[in-house]
Amino acid sequence: MSAAQAPSPRVAPALPDRSGVGLKPEHIDEILRDRPALGFFEIHAENYMGAGGPPHRRLEAIRALYPLSLHGVGLSIGSPRPLDREHLARLAALAARYQPGLFSEHLAWSSHDEGYLNDLLPLPYTQETLATVCDHVDQVQDALGRRMLLENPSTYVVFQESTISETDFIGEIATRTGCGLLLDVSNVLVSATNHGFDALAYLDEFPLDHVGEIHLAGFAEARDDAGHLVLIDAHDSPVRERVWDLYRRVIARRGPLPTLVEWDNDVPKWPVLLDEARRVEAAMAEVVAMDSQGGRRHAIQ
Amino acid sequence: MPFSETIEAFARALADPDRPPPIETMGRERQADARRFAIYRNNVAVSLIAAIEARYPVARRLVGDAFFRGMARAFVAVARPRSAVILGYGADFPDFIAGFEPARDLTYLADVARVENAWVEAYHSAEAEPLTVAALAAVDPTTLGDLTFAFHPAARLLRSNHPAASIWAGHQGEGEVKAPDDWRGEDILVTRPGADVRVRILPAGGYSFAQALQSGAPLGEAHSAIDFEGFDPGSHLIGLIEAGAISQLRA
Repeated sequence: MSAAQAPSPRVAPALPDRSGVGLKPEHIDEILRDRPALGFFEIHAENYMGAGGPPHRRLEAIRALYPLSLHGVGLSIGSPRPLDREHLARLAALAARYQPGLFSEHLAWSSHDEGYLNDLLPLPYTQETLATVCDHVDQVQDALGRRMLLENPSTYVVFQESTISETDFIGEIATRTGCGLLLDVSNVLVSATNHGFDALAYLDEFPLDHVGEIHLAGFAEARDDAGHLVLIDAHDSPVRERVWDLYRRVIARRGPLPTLVEWDNDVPKWPVLLDEARRVEAAMAEVVAMDSQGGRRHAIQ
Repeated sequence: MPFSETIEAFARALADPDRPPPIETMGRERQADARRFAIYRNNVAVSLIAAIEARYPVARRLVGDAFFRGMARAFVAVARPRSAVILGYGADFPDFIAGFEPARDLTYLADVARVENAWVEAYHSAEAEPLTVAALAAVDPTTLGDLTFAFHPAARLLRSNHPAASIWAGHQGEGEVKAPDDWRGEDILVTRPGADVRVRILPAGGYSFAQALQSGAPLGEAHSAIDFEGFDPGSHLIGLIEAGAISQLRA
């Protein structure tokens, strides 16, 4: 097992076009002991907003060995309310300290008068909401002094008042703000199943040129009032075959990209998660090999 | 409908399980769908309950998974996080336990949870160099009574009418539960001078002494406040320093 490349700790290396995994406290001892060859680790920013202590000590040790991806879950970019300036300042301080290869957040909202709701909630897609989200993305990029990536959501409901398709909405945000995109392929399948659209058509319409990272995760299944299958973005299980299939199509079209396996609930033992990361690299290598034989990039179909 | 009103309606329905799903939302049948909306309600509740479970593993072990989940569910229904920094969420859960009717007979439970909360707060506290005994030894003995101390950011003092720290210690790890040798109140000091959180039981008089020092009283004043025969401030002070409770002295 080869040691990971050790970057200079205070220079932000771009994430390599390889696999990464979400960093879980219960895995850190094994990671520091084995130093597995992985492209990067991703952290949820809010988990490292404590003042000090073991979480930061251990993250420093990881950061000395690997590039980091900083993934926010609590900024509430998709809310009509102004962004929380204190939270934005905490994010900026964290980014300054750990110099992540990239910062990403969600097209969703999570804060309200009721308090912080701790879930990624959906918003309607209209000219009004588009202007608000773009304004928020501009503020984030200004505060962090860097380009951010915005992640496509998984949703269980849509809004009567929406007038813009999700792919057009996301594409317009990227165009207006210059932000990059995080394409969560599992979210595409979840939303496609939940709302009865074609995941491949969604990917064809998605502005892939702006994508800087991919997420893959497992999901759970339920039924709605009418008996339709509903997929729940649970991050609690292995990546499914249909998601692997969509992923290979994205890589065939776009080329290799930093790709994260998200497994946040019912977290498995480290070797299981590492195997999932290895599957990502194998899938990327397989597509690249086919691509060089075929000599061209394929449309997604 | 304006954006803010749509989100208001969504948030109101999310907060109240008796409300129907918002009419602005729809599933595949192009109408509001209760089961779909319930996924969001469930995500909020389950994720917050999980945060409480992670913060209070000993309290959970003391009452069992089902009782604890019920208690945590009741808490999260009335205590939404004020911040997206969930590692700070649930600090007031021990107070909720103290007033939770079904747990009334478990009089020690809230205090054991207070030990757990102090542990988590110490774990995430700011870094600071702990004071050394050598630094104290270097002080001119005639000025000792005027010394004041800055406590380490992680240091927490607790007072319980129950053996809360012993119960907490007896439920660490996977092994067999060890009951406290003696059922009596404990004064507790939680520190994290380096990477590791430590939980100690203070000797008699130690709580009032440490509390006086922590609130800024000079050493001489803290000593004279202790109404306790044979109280030795020197050994208590060295005990606090060795525990990593103090970060600085001021002459």
